[in-house]
Amino acid sequence: MKVVVLSIVAAIATLFLGYTLSWTITPIVIGLTYAIAALGVSVMARAGQISFGHAMYSCISAYTVAFLARAMPGADALALILAGVVASLLAAIVIGLFVVRYRGIFFGMLNLALSMVLFALLGKLYTLTGGSDGMRIVRPTMAGVLMERESFERALLVLTLVLSLVLAWWVQRYFRSGSGQALSAIKTNETRIEYLGFSAYFIMWKGYLLSAVVVGFSGAILALMQGLVTPEIGSWLRSGEFVFITILGGAGHAAGAFLGAVGFETVKLVSAAYFPGLWQFLLGLTLILVIFMFPTGFVGQIMQRVAMQKKCDEARVRANASSQARVSANTQAPVRN
Amino acid sequence: MKPLLQTTDLYLAFGSVIAVDNINFELYEGERLAVIGQNGAGKTTFINICTGYLAPSKGRVYFDGRDVTAMVPRKIVRLGVGRSFQLPQLFTEHTVRQCVQIAAARRNKNLSWFRSLESTIDEKEVDATLDLVGLLTEADEACIELPEGKRKLLDVAMALALRPKLLIMDEPTSGVSSEDKFALMETVMHALAERRVTSWFVEHDVDIVSRYATRVAAWIAGKVAADGTPDEVLNNPQIKSEVLGT
Repeated sequence: MKVVVLSIVAAIATLFLGYTLSWTITPIVIGLTYAIAALGVSVMARAGQISFGHAMYSCISAYTVAFLARAMPGADALALILAGVVASLLAAIVIGLFVVRYRGIFFGMLNLALSMVLFALLGKLYTLTGGSDGMRIVRPTMAGVLMERESFERALLVLTLVLSLVLAWWVQRYFRSGSGQALSAIKTNETRIEYLGFSAYFIMWKGYLLSAVVVGFSGAILALMQGLVTPEIGSWLRSGEFVFITILGGAGHAAGAFLGAVGFETVKLVSAAYFPGLWQFLLGLTLILVIFMFPTGFVGQIMQRVAMQKKCDEARVRANASSQARVSANTQAPVRN
Repeated sequence: MKPLLQTTDLYLAFGSVIAVDNINFELYEGERLAVIGQNGAGKTTFINICTGYLAPSKGRVYFDGRDVTAMVPRKIVRLGVGRSFQLPQLFTEHTVRQCVQIAAARRNKNLSWFRSLESTIDEKEVDATLDLVGLLTEADEACIELPEGKRKLLDVAMALALRPKLLIMDEPTSGVSSEDKFALMETVMHALAERRVTSWFVEHDVDIVSRYATRVAAWIAGKVAADGTPDEVLNNPQIKSEVLGT
């Protein structure tokens, strides 16, 4: 409950910041698209599988938005986002069928390889995709209203914040569900999962679809925010950034992706402002420090502290109860003269 | 009476090593079978074939009248074969309760994407299973923190949560101190009797075998060298010299 309240408060504060300082809207929305994508990557991280190619689903969604916006000029932004997500889902249904057979480095590299095939195709099919110049997207209507750029960006900020909350809630529900628990059980013991009568393959496939859908949202929003899609959206560097955020934030709770994104953007902004030539070095250094100091990420660290506090409280309650019982036993004991 | 589990001419070799050598074997409902044999005799390989982990080169396996030869483990489990392992196979990042809850979710065939695991299963049944193996007080502990004996019990509890007809246990007392072995077996056998589960366990301790088994089968070099009551098999001169080393 506390997490829900904190999340809503954080969303309202972010909204307030965006409305007060309009220049912050673009970095906030783009930062949130990173967080949403990392949320998707964290689904598979729960099964111990790190994909180095999930930007592919962001890219599929973004290009679907661009193609549809070009083919159907009157299409609404909400419909475009939905179409982008459906395209991601359809791609994941097919790709997932064989990718989820693999584990560890093979899973990660196979996703990376597929994302780079897509990246190369988008760059080469110039007449269709605009090559590395990408495709421009004419600003669509939002919920039927045609807006000026500033109003559109504000509306997109609200939509992204709402989507962030809804997706985080959905993913967290999934983590606690039977499917989510079985997925995380695969990480520690796939053999046992099979010997309980589950299909580890099917559980992984379902998780993969969810992760692709969530990443799909990030791609569609990014496309609308930038008004431009390029193959870079699907590059392995982008996938690496999603993984970076996932590790930084931790996959123990849906909030981890958002904390990771805040950490990532903060390091990037501070480095750009004070050490412009060193931002990649500082990002790498941050990752090393996080892995050594908080191997379960920010959220894992918070969860450990909360669990420890809970144990301490329980122990204190038990100690109080037993000391009270001793006192009452002593007072009720007959006095021997 | 139809056997619960039956193998016919089962054969599997790893290169020149014959691990399972034309075994014809039957297990009947209600039996408590102990399988004895030296390391490398083929006991675990035979279990692995019967539970779908390995496919035989030749022969068939039938469970409850159905041909389950080379079926994948999950399908055999769904038919009613539970298994516990020599090294307990637990979900080490989960609590004791969650391990059993996940098994219970499989039994209810309810793996929701959205509803919490607890809300899709019968918590009373989970508690009953944990109570049956004496783990109710440790239910909220991380299973990685349990001592070996309790890890073994949790391994059995996860299999029992599926309500199997047959439970195959690979060395249920290995890694457990000699003082705790009998208490562990007492708990396991009580739980199996309560749930009316036919059992088959691989064991090296003769005292455990003679106390808890109703039937003993001795394995030598991939073959069943002796099969009968504990008295018959444990007093068989060949078994005494080649398996028990006495």
